[in-house]
Amino acid sequence: MIGIGETEYYRHGTSPDPEFKLALKAILAACEDAGIDPRELDGFSSYGDDRSEASRLAAALGIRQLRTATMQWGGGGGGCCAAVANAAASIVAGLADCVVVFRSLAQGQHGRFGQAANIDTISGERAYLMPYGVLAPPQRFAMRVRRFMHEHGVRQEALRAIALASYHHAQANRRAVMYGRPLDPEKYDTSRWITEPFHLYDCCMENDGAAAIVLVAADRAGEFRSRPAYLLGAAVGSGYRARAVPHNAPQYASASFDTVAADLYRMARLGPADVGVVQCYENFTGGVVMALAEHDFFAPGEANDFLTLENLLAPSGRLPLNTSGGNLAECYMHGFELVLEAVRQVRGTSVNLAERKDVAMVIGGPMVTPVSNLLLGSEATL
Amino acid sequence: MSGSENSFHLPEGLPIPTAEPDRLSAPYWEGLRQGRLLVQRCSGCGTWQFGPEWICHRCHAFDPDWVEIAPRGRIFSWERVWHPSHPALRQHGPYLAVLVELPHAGGIRMVGNLPGDPMQEVAIGADVVGSFEHHPGSDPPYSLLQWHRR
Repeated sequence: MIGIGETEYYRHGTSPDPEFKLALKAILAACEDAGIDPRELDGFSSYGDDRSEASRLAAALGIRQLRTATMQWGGGGGGCCAAVANAAASIVAGLADCVVVFRSLAQGQHGRFGQAANIDTISGERAYLMPYGVLAPPQRFAMRVRRFMHEHGVRQEALRAIALASYHHAQANRRAVMYGRPLDPEKYDTSRWITEPFHLYDCCMENDGAAAIVLVAADRAGEFRSRPAYLLGAAVGSGYRARAVPHNAPQYASASFDTVAADLYRMARLGPADVGVVQCYENFTGGVVMALAEHDFFAPGEANDFLTLENLLAPSGRLPLNTSGGNLAECYMHGFELVLEAVRQVRGTSVNLAERKDVAMVIGGPMVTPVSNLLLGSEATL
Repeated sequence: MSGSENSFHLPEGLPIPTAEPDRLSAPYWEGLRQGRLLVQRCSGCGTWQFGPEWICHRCHAFDPDWVEIAPRGRIFSWERVWHPSHPALRQHGPYLAVLVELPHAGGIRMVGNLPGDPMQEVAIGADVVGSFEHHPGSDPPYSLLQWHRR
């Protein structure tokens, strides 16, 4: 991973630029960071049904030869790591040499994730949910988290610690939409409920922006301007019948990493004790609790003890978490801002650098399917 | 609140459920209209399946049978919704949604509301029984299945 770039991050509806222009700006910034001519890109990879389509980008940028154009199926933010994995796979397979992975999203221009679209009739999965007022993501995921809390005795304070960690880290990050807007336990406790057990601060923001990362083969990584991060492993998918709808997945109280976490550790030949810093997609804090447990950082029954603010802070907590502020407090770039932050950790350029920053994990999109994850490493880890 | 005629648990204006263009779930929705709860059960291997699919996920027999079951179960999970995510819900709420497990039908689960006091304490594992909430005046007409403590 030789270059990262992002636009300014905006509250939803406040981007002065159209979504496609945001994508172009992020891609150019990533190329600039790598020190490459954007015309050297020969592939695009994205997820979440990104509207900035690869062939239009290739035409707009005057790409000489388009060799791969990959969209990860389904799962929304669960694709934020899969899109990187797909780009890397294209390169390893010889389909392409220099692929940019990106996400561009202007919720102010194309409809917000937090509000149901104005539709008259509905069929399929949502027909079993929407007439009962289970409409938007908070309502779709709260019952999974409630069940997990019930099964393992997880308290609200565990969710709160995750929100506090993101906001704490965002106060040192000038890119963060919530920079200068700190959160404390009382403010969390007295914030309104969105859907119990989610307070306002358990829920991700809705934002406008774009972010991009440029990948080349590892043996070329030293040829470029910035210090590279290496992809040590990646995994994508979900376990048995995760998408049995409505809410019929056998492993219901789950973030969907029951198989995917093991796949990642196997590919990277690493285990949880090797990981120094984690960026974990916070659609909702409760999903982070489940995802971290499924990656074996703690047993579900130990969540209350492990998930304290002190343990989650850079530089020296047990497991520094979401060190840019993440989806809660930096920007909801559909999780792609988390991948950029993992690169910054490995490079040593994060404003909230972890002491153990050479192996960085990214966890994408808990509770959806397919989900995905990544392990990044510095040159020292190869 | 529920119970009286032409009174619905949630305000009207939420999306109306209909079968897909390929009619996969049509027996379910038509069953609710008739006050009957129909779910899939494979005639080959006896596997229960909900939501419906064109194939049995266990033995791969196509077109699993639809069978009528009693609308009763127990609360598997729940949520209390405060923030309105749809214009029809503004000035409404909070309200309760429950995920109900049906042990007599292979443990399949369904989402519905739990009418009554929205601030009531909800217990995972509590027994519930379903009632049909008919919306004959909607276009198209439809019916929902709501849950009540037994």
